[in-house]
Amino acid sequence: MASRIGVERLSPLEPVYRSGSHGRFEDGVEVALSEIRPGSIVQVTAWPGEEQSAAAAIRAVTGLNMPDGPGGGVVASDQHAFGIAPGKFIVTVESEGLVAALVNAIPPAMGAVTDLSHGRTIIRIEGPKAEWVLAKFFAIDFALPAFPLGAGRSTSHHDIFAQIQRTGADRFDICVFRSFARSFWKALCHASAEVGYEVQ
Amino acid sequence: MLITCPYCGARDVSEFTYQGDGNRQRPAPNSQDLDAWNDYVYDRLNPAGDHNEIWQHSGGCRTHIRVVRNTLTHEISAVQPVRPETKPSPVKPAGRRGARP
Repeated sequence: MASRIGVERLSPLEPVYRSGSHGRFEDGVEVALSEIRPGSIVQVTAWPGEEQSAAAAIRAVTGLNMPDGPGGGVVASDQHAFGIAPGKFIVTVESEGLVAALVNAIPPAMGAVTDLSHGRTIIRIEGPKAEWVLAKFFAIDFALPAFPLGAGRSTSHHDIFAQIQRTGADRFDICVFRSFARSFWKALCHASAEVGYEVQ
Repeated sequence: MLITCPYCGARDVSEFTYQGDGNRQRPAPNSQDLDAWNDYVYDRLNPAGDHNEIWQHSGGCRTHIRVVRNTLTHEISAVQPVRPETKPSPVKPAGRRGARP
């Protein structure tokens, strides 16, 4: 890890990222779209039987205390963690260098730590119509009782895998493969046009 | 058709990939038993009723699951993870034709 070449992170959305209000916004915008660019996006995979130890290691490094159970997650000011599959978690924090800290805390006998900071793009949708817009993409229940704050869901929109975390009452962060991010972003803009959207 | 993933809950079948007959028993890699290999590669029960199947939640948590699906009605009577460590509680359909436990 120490010999990693520093490659600058570039947004795949740059050519299509147009700040301002779009779509039918005469009566105001009802969702806001943005790309959040956390310094670190890391996936932790615990070997079978080591799930609790890996969650404890994430807690020790970041202070994030994930609830047990499928899709359990937690949101702190600028760091998030949630379960995406049995024994698998995504952790994002504002600062770079999380992967090195987690590699120290999670030995190979406990699990694997993968740096996805360059491999994933996180798109945020926020606003009173966020659930409405996302319901057009994914066949899962976005209502607050079914999808509580902090929880994560793994699903896909056609062949674009998406790991979604609810990071606020009407705010979702969608983690997609970087190479699909621009296409997904354009689709999300089209789907948001009817309610009026603002790109921040 | 909905399949209730043990991790994700009920999801549309389009998120899942069929991974084949769940009744197959793979012979040991060094087995010379041609009948056993023939059974493994070719022989299928093809029941009209409950059928043991392996599916993967490929569009979600990517877990492999054992599913008992009725081939006539598509009713799914049992779902459990393939990996025994994550098995919550074994559900076995008792005495049903074509669904070898």
